[in-house]
Amino acid sequence: MKHIIQQDRLRPSIVQTVEELSGQDVKSCYQCGKCSAGCPIAADMELPPNQVMRLLQLGLLDDALRSRTIWLCASCETCTTRCPREVDLAAVMDALRNLALREGVRSPERVVPFFNRIFLSLVKRYGRVYEMELIGRFNTGTFNFFKDVMKAPKLFFKGRLKLWPSFAGRKTANTVFKDLKRIKSSRQVEKSTPPEELSKTT
Amino acid sequence: MKYAYYPGCSLHATAVDYNESTLAVAEALDIELAEVPNWSCCGSTPAHCTDELLAAALPAKNMIAAKTVADQMLVCCSACFSRFKFAQKHIEEKENLHAELAEIMPVEQIRNMRVRHLIDVLAHDVGLEKVTENKRCDLGLKVACYYGCLLTRPPKVTNLDDVEDPHFMDDLLRAAGMETVDWPYKTECCGATFSLTRTEIVLRLSADILQMAKEAEVDCISVACPLCHANLDMRQQDIEKKLGVKYEIPIFYFTQLLGLAFGLERSKLGIGRSLVNCDELLAAKGIK
Repeated sequence: MKHIIQQDRLRPSIVQTVEELSGQDVKSCYQCGKCSAGCPIAADMELPPNQVMRLLQLGLLDDALRSRTIWLCASCETCTTRCPREVDLAAVMDALRNLALREGVRSPERVVPFFNRIFLSLVKRYGRVYEMELIGRFNTGTFNFFKDVMKAPKLFFKGRLKLWPSFAGRKTANTVFKDLKRIKSSRQVEKSTPPEELSKTT
Repeated sequence: MKYAYYPGCSLHATAVDYNESTLAVAEALDIELAEVPNWSCCGSTPAHCTDELLAAALPAKNMIAAKTVADQMLVCCSACFSRFKFAQKHIEEKENLHAELAEIMPVEQIRNMRVRHLIDVLAHDVGLEKVTENKRCDLGLKVACYYGCLLTRPPKVTNLDDVEDPHFMDDLLRAAGMETVDWPYKTECCGATFSLTRTEIVLRLSADILQMAKEAEVDCISVACPLCHANLDMRQQDIEKKLGVKYEIPIFYFTQLLGLAFGLERSKLGIGRSLVNCDELLAAKGIK
Protein backbone atom coordinates (compact mmCIF):
# COMPACT_ATOMS: atom_id res chain seq x y z
CA MET A 1 0.00 0.00 0.00
CA LYS A 2 1.29 3.43 -0.98
CA HIS A 3 1.84 6.08 1.64
CA ILE A 4 2.67 9.61 0.58
CA ILE A 5 4.84 11.19 3.23
CA GLN A 6 4.66 14.95 3.28
CA GLN A 7 6.85 16.75 5.72
CA ASP A 8 4.04 18.84 7.15
CA ARG A 9 2.05 15.67 8.00
CA LEU A 10 4.86 14.20 10.07
CA ARG A 11 4.02 14.94 13.66
CA PRO A 12 5.92 12.52 15.86
CA SER A 13 4.93 14.37 19.02
CA ILE A 14 1.29 13.63 18.37
CA VAL A 15 2.00 9.99 18.92
CA GLN A 16 2.68 10.83 22.55
CA THR A 17 -0.97 10.23 23.36
CA VAL A 18 -0.74 6.69 22.05
CA GLU A 19 2.49 6.15 23.96
CA GLU A 20 0.94 7.39 27.17
CA LEU A 21 -2.19 5.29 26.74
CA SER A 22 -0.29 2.13 25.86
CA GLY A 23 2.78 2.69 28.02
CA GLN A 24 4.96 1.83 25.03
CA ASP A 25 7.74 3.73 23.24
CA VAL A 26 7.13 3.41 19.51
CA LYS A 27 10.80 4.14 18.81
CA SER A 28 11.73 0.79 20.39
CA CYS A 29 10.47 -1.08 17.37
CA TYR A 30 13.20 -1.87 14.85
CA GLN A 31 10.84 -3.25 12.21
CA CYS A 32 11.96 -6.86 12.32
CA GLY A 33 8.47 -7.95 11.22
CA LYS A 34 8.14 -10.77 13.75
CA CYS A 35 4.77 -9.42 14.85
CA SER A 36 3.41 -9.49 11.32
CA ALA A 37 4.87 -12.95 10.75
CA GLY A 38 3.02 -14.37 13.75
CA CYS A 39 -0.19 -12.39 13.36
CA PRO A 40 -3.01 -14.78 12.40
CA ILE A 41 -4.98 -12.00 10.74
CA ALA A 42 -2.12 -10.29 8.88
CA ALA A 43 -3.31 -11.76 5.58
CA ASP A 44 -6.59 -9.85 5.90
CA MET A 45 -5.07 -6.54 6.97
CA GLU A 46 -4.28 -3.83 4.46
CA LEU A 47 -1.44 -2.82 6.79
CA PRO A 48 0.25 -5.59 8.77
CA PRO A 49 1.06 -4.77 12.41
CA ASN A 50 4.68 -3.74 11.86
CA GLN A 51 3.58 -1.18 9.28
CA VAL A 52 1.13 0.34 11.75
CA MET A 53 4.08 0.74 14.12
CA ARG A 54 6.03 2.34 11.29
CA LEU A 55 3.22 4.85 10.74
CA LEU A 56 3.37 5.76 14.40
CA GLN A 57 7.13 6.17 14.26
CA LEU A 58 6.62 8.63 11.41
CA GLY A 59 3.91 10.47 13.31
CA LEU A 60 1.21 9.47 10.82
CA LEU A 61 -1.24 8.81 13.63
CA ASP A 62 -4.27 9.60 11.53
CA ASP A 63 -3.48 6.87 8.99
CA ALA A 64 -3.11 4.40 11.81
CA LEU A 65 -6.42 5.43 13.38
CA ARG A 66 -8.23 5.09 10.07
CA SER A 67 -6.81 1.66 9.26
CA ARG A 68 -8.86 -1.53 9.19
CA THR A 69 -5.93 -3.20 10.91
CA ILE A 70 -6.69 -1.96 14.38
CA TRP A 71 -10.20 -3.43 14.18
CA LEU A 72 -9.15 -6.69 12.56
CA CYS A 73 -6.65 -7.29 15.34
CA ALA A 74 -7.92 -10.26 17.34
CA SER A 75 -6.00 -9.37 20.50
CA CYS A 76 -4.39 -12.79 20.41
CA GLU A 77 -1.23 -11.31 22.00
CA THR A 78 1.10 -13.25 19.71
CA CYS A 79 2.88 -10.05 18.65
CA THR A 80 3.40 -8.87 22.23
CA THR A 81 4.69 -12.30 23.25
CA ARG A 82 7.21 -12.59 20.43
CA CYS A 83 8.51 -9.01 20.02
CA PRO A 84 12.29 -9.12 20.60
CA ARG A 85 12.19 -5.49 21.77
CA GLU A 86 9.40 -6.28 24.21
CA VAL A 87 7.08 -3.76 22.63
CA ASP A 88 3.55 -4.54 23.78
CA LEU A 89 2.00 -4.14 20.34
CA ALA A 90 -1.37 -5.45 21.49
CA ALA A 91 -1.45 -2.58 23.99
CA VAL A 92 -0.64 -0.14 21.20
CA MET A 93 -3.52 -1.57 19.15
CA ASP A 94 -5.84 -1.17 22.13
CA ALA A 95 -4.69 2.42 22.59
CA LEU A 96 -5.31 3.13 18.90
CA ARG A 97 -8.81 1.65 19.12
CA ASN A 98 -9.63 3.59 22.27
CA LEU A 99 -8.30 6.78 20.71
CA ALA A 100 -10.12 6.28 17.41
CA LEU A 101 -13.42 5.91 19.26
CA ARG A 102 -12.72 8.80 21.57
CA GLU A 103 -11.88 11.12 18.68
CA GLY A 104 -14.67 9.85 16.44
CA VAL A 105 -12.24 8.71 13.73
CA ARG A 106 -14.02 6.36 11.37
CA SER A 107 -12.40 3.28 9.92
CA PRO A 108 -13.67 1.50 6.81
CA GLU A 109 -14.01 -1.49 9.15
CA ARG A 110 -17.45 -0.72 10.63
CA VAL A 111 -18.76 -4.13 11.58
CA VAL A 112 -16.41 -4.91 14.45
CA PRO A 113 -16.92 -1.62 16.34
CA PHE A 114 -20.68 -1.99 15.75
CA PHE A 115 -20.65 -5.43 17.36
CA ASN A 116 -18.65 -4.09 20.30
CA ARG A 117 -21.19 -1.32 20.88
CA ILE A 118 -24.11 -3.76 20.96
CA PHE A 119 -22.22 -6.12 23.28
CA LEU A 120 -21.44 -3.37 25.78
CA SER A 121 -24.96 -1.95 25.64
CA LEU A 122 -26.24 -5.39 26.64
CA VAL A 123 -23.77 -5.58 29.51
CA LYS A 124 -24.96 -2.18 30.63
CA ARG A 125 -28.62 -3.12 30.37
CA TYR A 126 -28.64 -6.66 31.70
CA GLY A 127 -25.32 -7.08 33.48
CA ARG A 128 -24.56 -10.20 31.48
CA VAL A 129 -24.54 -10.76 27.75
CA TYR A 130 -27.86 -11.84 26.27
CA GLU A 131 -26.95 -13.78 23.10
CA MET A 132 -30.37 -13.71 21.42
CA GLU A 133 -30.46 -9.94 21.43
CA LEU A 134 -26.78 -9.70 20.52
CA ILE A 135 -27.21 -11.87 17.44
CA GLY A 136 -30.60 -10.36 16.60
CA ARG A 137 -29.41 -6.76 16.72
CA PHE A 138 -26.13 -7.56 14.98
CA ASN A 139 -27.77 -9.43 12.14
CA THR A 140 -30.41 -6.74 11.71
CA GLY A 141 -27.88 -3.95 11.80
CA THR A 142 -25.70 -5.62 9.17
CA PHE A 143 -28.70 -6.53 6.99
CA ASN A 144 -27.76 -10.16 7.31
CA PHE A 145 -31.04 -11.27 8.86
CA PHE A 146 -30.68 -14.97 8.27
CA LYS A 147 -27.03 -15.45 9.09
CA ASP A 148 -26.50 -18.42 11.41
CA VAL A 149 -30.25 -18.60 11.86
CA MET A 150 -30.24 -22.40 11.52
CA LYS A 151 -27.86 -22.63 14.47
CA ALA A 152 -30.29 -20.99 16.89
CA PRO A 153 -32.81 -23.87 17.21
CA LYS A 154 -29.96 -26.42 17.40
CA LEU A 155 -28.33 -24.49 20.25
CA PHE A 156 -31.65 -23.89 21.94
CA PHE A 157 -32.57 -27.57 22.03
CA LYS A 158 -29.14 -28.37 23.40
CA GLY A 159 -29.87 -25.97 26.23
CA ARG A 160 -27.20 -23.52 25.15
CA LEU A 161 -29.29 -20.55 24.08
CA LYS A 162 -31.34 -18.79 26.70
CA LEU A 163 -34.65 -17.31 25.65
CA TRP A 164 -34.56 -14.67 28.33
CA PRO A 165 -31.72 -12.54 29.71
CA SER A 166 -30.45 -12.93 33.24
CA PHE A 167 -30.63 -9.84 35.44
CA ALA A 168 -28.53 -11.15 38.30
CA GLY A 169 -25.47 -9.08 37.38
CA ARG A 170 -27.39 -5.97 36.42
CA LYS A 171 -26.70 -3.89 39.50
CA THR A 172 -22.98 -4.69 39.45
CA ALA A 173 -22.52 -3.65 35.82
CA ASN A 174 -24.91 -0.74 35.90
CA THR A 175 -23.15 0.83 38.87
CA VAL A 176 -19.87 0.63 36.98
CA PHE A 177 -21.28 2.32 33.87
CA LYS A 178 -22.98 5.06 35.90
CA ASP A 179 -19.89 5.77 37.98
CA LEU A 180 -17.66 5.89 34.92
CA LYS A 181 -20.01 8.33 33.23
CA ARG A 182 -19.79 10.54 36.28
CA ILE A 183 -15.98 10.46 36.32
CA LYS A 184 -15.74 11.19 32.62
CA SER A 185 -18.08 14.15 32.70
CA SER A 186 -16.17 15.68 35.58
CA ARG A 187 -12.94 14.99 33.66
CA GLN A 188 -14.41 16.83 30.65
CA VAL A 189 -15.10 19.92 32.73
CA GLU A 190 -11.60 19.95 34.21
CA LYS A 191 -9.62 19.85 30.97
CA SER A 192 -10.48 19.97 27.32
CA THR A 193 -8.07 18.62 24.76
CA PRO A 194 -9.18 20.04 21.45
CA PRO A 195 -10.11 16.92 19.47
CA GLU A 196 -9.27 18.70 16.16
CA GLU A 197 -5.62 18.35 17.03
CA LEU A 198 -5.76 14.61 16.85
CA SER A 199 -7.96 14.00 13.85
CA LYS A 200 -6.51 16.50 11.38
CA THR A 201 -6.44 15.31 7.81
CA THR A 202 -4.53 16.78 4.89
CA MET B 1 -9.72 -25.43 49.28
CA LYS B 2 -12.32 -22.74 48.74
CA TYR B 3 -12.51 -20.53 45.68
CA ALA B 4 -14.80 -17.73 44.57
CA TYR B 5 -16.27 -19.14 41.39
CA TYR B 6 -16.71 -16.75 38.47
CA PRO B 7 -18.51 -18.58 35.65
CA GLY B 8 -18.78 -15.66 33.22
CA CYS B 9 -21.56 -15.09 30.69
CA SER B 10 -20.72 -18.02 28.40
CA LEU B 11 -20.79 -20.68 31.10
CA HIS B 12 -24.39 -19.76 31.80
CA ALA B 13 -25.37 -19.89 28.14
CA THR B 14 -23.45 -21.26 25.14
CA ALA B 15 -20.91 -23.03 27.35
CA VAL B 16 -23.30 -24.44 29.93
CA ASP B 17 -21.59 -27.81 29.46
CA TYR B 18 -18.29 -26.30 30.61
CA ASN B 19 -20.07 -25.09 33.74
CA GLU B 20 -21.72 -28.46 34.39
CA SER B 21 -18.52 -30.44 33.93
CA THR B 22 -16.51 -27.98 36.06
CA LEU B 23 -18.95 -28.29 38.95
CA ALA B 24 -19.01 -32.09 38.62
CA VAL B 25 -15.22 -32.39 38.54
CA ALA B 26 -14.85 -29.89 41.42
CA GLU B 27 -17.20 -31.98 43.51
CA ALA B 28 -15.30 -35.17 42.72
CA LEU B 29 -12.01 -33.52 43.72
CA ASP B 30 -13.33 -31.81 46.88
CA ILE B 31 -12.87 -28.32 45.55
CA GLU B 32 -15.27 -25.95 47.26
CA LEU B 33 -16.71 -23.36 44.91
CA ALA B 34 -18.78 -20.38 46.07
CA GLU B 35 -20.20 -18.37 43.20
CA VAL B 36 -19.26 -14.69 43.14
CA PRO B 37 -22.37 -12.81 44.31
CA ASN B 38 -24.20 -10.93 41.54
CA TRP B 39 -21.27 -11.21 39.16
CA SER B 40 -21.52 -9.25 35.93
CA CYS B 41 -19.87 -9.63 32.55
CA CYS B 42 -16.11 -8.97 32.62
CA GLY B 43 -16.38 -6.88 29.44
CA SER B 44 -14.38 -9.39 27.41
CA THR B 45 -12.90 -8.13 24.11
CA PRO B 46 -15.41 -5.31 23.42
CA ALA B 47 -14.53 -3.53 26.67
CA HIS B 48 -10.76 -3.32 26.19
CA CYS B 49 -11.23 -2.39 22.52
CA THR B 50 -13.45 0.50 23.59
CA ASP B 51 -12.18 2.05 26.79
CA GLU B 52 -9.37 1.06 29.14
CA LEU B 53 -11.17 2.40 32.19
CA LEU B 54 -14.27 0.30 31.52
CA ALA B 55 -12.05 -2.68 30.72
CA ALA B 56 -10.48 -2.44 34.17
CA ALA B 57 -13.59 -1.38 36.10
CA LEU B 58 -15.83 -4.32 35.24
CA PRO B 59 -13.32 -6.99 36.32
CA ALA B 60 -12.34 -4.93 39.36
CA LYS B 61 -15.93 -4.70 40.53
CA ASN B 62 -16.29 -8.45 40.22
CA MET B 63 -13.04 -9.13 42.03
CA ILE B 64 -14.22 -6.98 44.93
CA ALA B 65 -17.43 -9.01 45.05
CA ALA B 66 -15.36 -12.21 44.90
CA LYS B 67 -13.30 -11.08 47.89
CA THR B 68 -16.42 -11.36 50.06
CA VAL B 69 -16.45 -15.14 49.60
CA ALA B 70 -12.80 -16.20 49.18
CA ASP B 71 -9.23 -14.98 48.65
CA GLN B 72 -8.84 -16.79 45.39
CA MET B 73 -11.04 -16.53 42.34
CA LEU B 74 -11.46 -19.46 40.01
CA VAL B 75 -12.21 -18.77 36.35
CA CYS B 76 -12.87 -21.30 33.59
CA CYS B 77 -13.16 -19.10 30.54
CA SER B 78 -9.73 -18.14 29.18
CA ALA B 79 -10.99 -14.79 27.94
CA CYS B 80 -12.43 -13.84 31.34
CA PHE B 81 -9.21 -15.08 32.95
CA SER B 82 -7.21 -12.81 30.68
CA ARG B 83 -9.38 -9.78 31.45
CA PHE B 84 -9.10 -10.23 35.20
CA LYS B 85 -5.33 -10.65 35.03
CA PHE B 86 -4.98 -7.62 32.75
CA ALA B 87 -7.20 -5.52 35.01
CA GLN B 88 -5.10 -6.40 38.04
CA LYS B 89 -1.87 -5.57 36.23
CA HIS B 90 -3.09 -2.27 34.79
CA ILE B 91 -4.58 -1.10 38.08
CA GLU B 92 -1.28 -1.92 39.76
CA GLU B 93 0.91 -0.27 37.13
CA LYS B 94 -1.08 2.67 35.77
CA GLU B 95 -1.37 5.37 38.38
CA ASN B 96 -4.06 7.39 36.66
CA LEU B 97 -6.21 4.29 36.19
CA HIS B 98 -5.75 3.36 39.82
CA ALA B 99 -6.67 6.85 40.95
CA GLU B 100 -9.80 7.04 38.83
CA LEU B 101 -11.06 3.64 39.88
CA ALA B 102 -10.28 4.37 43.51
CA GLU B 103 -12.88 7.17 43.29
CA ILE B 104 -15.66 4.70 42.58
CA MET B 105 -14.68 1.45 44.28
CA PRO B 106 -12.36 0.08 47.01
CA VAL B 107 -9.68 -0.87 44.49
CA GLU B 108 -7.09 -1.73 47.18
CA GLN B 109 -9.05 -4.88 47.97
CA ILE B 110 -8.13 -6.55 44.70
CA ARG B 111 -4.40 -6.35 45.26
CA ASN B 112 -4.31 -9.58 47.25
CA MET B 113 -6.90 -11.35 45.16
CA ARG B 114 -5.42 -14.31 43.31
CA VAL B 115 -7.12 -15.02 40.02
CA ARG B 116 -6.65 -18.63 38.94
CA HIS B 117 -7.58 -20.51 35.84
CA LEU B 118 -9.10 -23.92 36.48
CA ILE B 119 -6.24 -25.66 34.67
CA ASP B 120 -3.77 -24.04 37.05
CA VAL B 121 -5.83 -25.01 40.11
CA LEU B 122 -6.17 -28.62 39.00
CA ALA B 123 -2.53 -28.99 37.98
CA HIS B 124 -1.05 -27.35 41.09
CA ASP B 125 -3.51 -27.08 43.98
CA VAL B 126 -5.16 -30.43 43.42
CA GLY B 127 -2.15 -32.08 41.84
CA LEU B 128 -1.74 -34.70 39.15
CA GLU B 129 -1.53 -37.54 41.68
CA LYS B 130 -5.00 -36.83 43.00
CA VAL B 131 -6.32 -36.69 39.45
CA THR B 132 -4.86 -40.15 38.81
CA GLU B 133 -6.32 -41.45 42.08
CA ASN B 134 -9.77 -40.42 40.94
CA LYS B 135 -9.48 -42.16 37.61
CA ARG B 136 -12.07 -44.91 37.33
CA CYS B 137 -11.87 -45.90 33.69
CA ASP B 138 -9.43 -45.86 30.81
CA LEU B 139 -11.08 -43.87 28.09
CA GLY B 140 -8.64 -44.97 25.40
CA LEU B 141 -8.89 -41.56 23.78
CA LYS B 142 -6.19 -39.85 21.74
CA VAL B 143 -6.58 -36.11 22.38
CA ALA B 144 -5.17 -32.93 20.88
CA CYS B 145 -5.05 -30.32 23.64
CA TYR B 146 -5.85 -26.90 22.22
CA TYR B 147 -4.82 -24.03 24.46
CA GLY B 148 -5.76 -21.09 22.28
CA CYS B 149 -4.39 -17.59 22.83
CA LEU B 150 -5.38 -16.02 26.09
CA LEU B 151 -4.65 -18.85 28.47
CA THR B 152 -0.90 -18.49 28.08
CA ARG B 153 -0.36 -15.10 26.38
CA PRO B 154 1.06 -12.65 27.16
CA PRO B 155 3.35 -14.41 29.68
CA LYS B 156 3.89 -11.27 31.77
CA VAL B 157 0.16 -11.18 32.46
CA THR B 158 -0.96 -14.80 32.67
CA ASN B 159 2.20 -16.20 34.26
CA LEU B 160 0.93 -19.65 33.42
CA ASP B 161 2.68 -22.40 31.48
CA ASP B 162 5.02 -22.17 28.51
CA VAL B 163 3.78 -19.83 25.80
CA GLU B 164 4.90 -21.69 22.70
CA ASP B 165 4.55 -25.26 24.00
CA PRO B 166 2.20 -25.37 27.01
CA HIS B 167 1.62 -28.69 28.70
CA PHE B 168 -0.66 -28.33 31.74
CA MET B 169 -3.79 -29.54 29.98
CA ASP B 170 -1.82 -32.42 28.47
CA ASP B 171 -0.48 -33.31 31.94
CA LEU B 172 -3.98 -33.38 33.41
CA LEU B 173 -5.46 -35.54 30.70
CA ARG B 174 -2.50 -37.91 30.76
CA ALA B 175 -2.78 -38.18 34.53
CA ALA B 176 -6.37 -39.28 33.87
CA GLY B 177 -5.17 -42.00 31.54
CA MET B 178 -5.63 -40.40 28.13
CA GLU B 179 -3.11 -40.16 25.34
CA THR B 180 -2.27 -36.63 24.23
CA VAL B 181 -0.39 -35.72 21.06
CA ASP B 182 2.40 -33.32 20.32
CA TRP B 183 0.94 -31.17 17.54
CA PRO B 184 1.98 -27.81 16.13
CA TYR B 185 -1.27 -25.84 16.48
CA LYS B 186 -1.65 -25.86 20.26
CA THR B 187 -1.68 -22.11 20.58
CA GLU B 188 -2.69 -20.86 17.14
CA CYS B 189 -5.55 -18.37 17.21
CA CYS B 190 -8.99 -19.71 16.27
CA GLY B 191 -10.28 -16.26 15.32
CA ALA B 192 -11.74 -15.47 18.71
CA THR B 193 -14.49 -12.87 18.76
CA PHE B 194 -14.72 -12.65 15.00
CA SER B 195 -17.08 -15.63 15.06
CA LEU B 196 -20.03 -13.39 14.25
CA THR B 197 -18.39 -10.28 12.79
CA ARG B 198 -15.74 -11.70 10.46
CA THR B 199 -16.80 -15.30 10.19
CA GLU B 200 -14.59 -15.94 7.15
CA ILE B 201 -11.51 -15.27 9.29
CA VAL B 202 -12.68 -17.76 11.90
CA LEU B 203 -13.41 -20.35 9.23
CA ARG B 204 -9.93 -19.98 7.83
CA LEU B 205 -8.08 -20.09 11.13
CA SER B 206 -10.19 -22.83 12.68
CA ALA B 207 -9.94 -24.91 9.50
CA ASP B 208 -6.15 -24.95 9.89
CA ILE B 209 -6.46 -26.06 13.50
CA LEU B 210 -8.89 -28.84 12.63
CA GLN B 211 -6.72 -29.94 9.72
CA MET B 212 -3.63 -30.15 11.94
CA ALA B 213 -5.59 -32.14 14.51
CA LYS B 214 -6.80 -34.47 11.77
CA GLU B 215 -3.24 -35.00 10.57
CA ALA B 216 -2.22 -35.83 14.13
CA GLU B 217 -4.86 -38.59 13.91
CA VAL B 218 -6.62 -37.68 17.12
CA ASP B 219 -10.02 -38.82 18.31
CA CYS B 220 -10.99 -35.41 19.63
CA ILE B 221 -9.80 -31.96 20.62
CA SER B 222 -9.82 -30.71 24.21
CA VAL B 223 -10.35 -27.00 24.91
CA ALA B 224 -10.47 -24.65 27.89
CA CYS B 225 -12.34 -21.67 26.49
CA PRO B 226 -15.96 -21.22 25.36
CA LEU B 227 -15.01 -19.18 22.32
CA CYS B 228 -12.41 -21.71 21.15
CA HIS B 229 -15.06 -24.39 21.61
CA ALA B 230 -17.59 -22.39 19.60
CA ASN B 231 -15.21 -21.77 16.73
CA LEU B 232 -14.02 -25.36 16.51
CA ASP B 233 -17.38 -27.01 17.20
CA MET B 234 -20.17 -24.68 16.09
CA ARG B 235 -18.28 -23.65 13.00
CA GLN B 236 -16.97 -27.11 12.11
CA GLN B 237 -19.83 -27.93 9.78
CA ASP B 238 -19.56 -24.51 8.10
CA ILE B 239 -15.87 -25.18 7.48
CA GLU B 240 -16.59 -28.67 6.14
CA LYS B 241 -19.15 -27.26 3.72
CA LYS B 242 -16.89 -24.45 2.57
CA LEU B 243 -13.82 -26.58 1.97
CA GLY B 244 -15.51 -29.82 0.99
CA VAL B 245 -13.65 -31.82 3.64
CA LYS B 246 -14.81 -33.98 6.50
CA TYR B 247 -13.33 -33.52 9.94
CA GLU B 248 -15.94 -34.99 12.29
CA ILE B 249 -13.67 -34.27 15.24
CA PRO B 250 -15.65 -33.93 18.47
CA ILE B 251 -14.65 -31.00 20.66
CA PHE B 252 -14.69 -31.46 24.42
CA TYR B 253 -14.01 -29.22 27.36
CA PHE B 254 -11.10 -30.75 29.23
CA THR B 255 -13.34 -30.98 32.32
CA GLN B 256 -15.74 -33.21 30.40
CA LEU B 257 -12.90 -35.59 29.54
CA LEU B 258 -11.68 -35.60 33.14
CA GLY B 259 -15.23 -36.23 34.32
CA LEU B 260 -15.63 -39.18 31.96
CA ALA B 261 -12.33 -40.62 33.20
CA PHE B 262 -13.59 -40.20 36.76
CA GLY B 263 -16.61 -42.32 35.83
CA LEU B 264 -19.09 -39.47 36.23
CA GLU B 265 -22.41 -39.56 34.40
CA ARG B 266 -22.53 -38.13 30.93
CA SER B 267 -25.58 -35.99 31.66
CA LYS B 268 -23.81 -34.37 34.61
CA LEU B 269 -20.95 -33.37 32.32
CA GLY B 270 -23.06 -31.82 29.62
CA ILE B 271 -21.88 -34.40 27.09
CA GLY B 272 -23.95 -34.21 23.94
CA ARG B 273 -24.53 -30.47 24.03
CA SER B 274 -21.97 -29.78 21.32
CA LEU B 275 -23.00 -29.61 17.67
CA VAL B 276 -20.41 -32.09 16.40
CA ASN B 277 -21.70 -35.50 17.37
CA CYS B 278 -19.59 -37.37 19.90
CA ASP B 279 -21.90 -40.36 20.50
CA GLU B 280 -20.24 -42.49 17.83
CA LEU B 281 -16.77 -41.87 19.24
CA LEU B 282 -17.79 -42.59 22.82
CA ALA B 283 -19.68 -45.72 21.79
CA ALA B 284 -16.68 -46.96 19.81
CA LYS B 285 -14.48 -46.54 22.90
CA GLY B 286 -17.05 -48.23 25.13
CA ILE B 287 -17.57 -45.08 27.19
CA LYS B 288 -21.05 -45.02 28.66
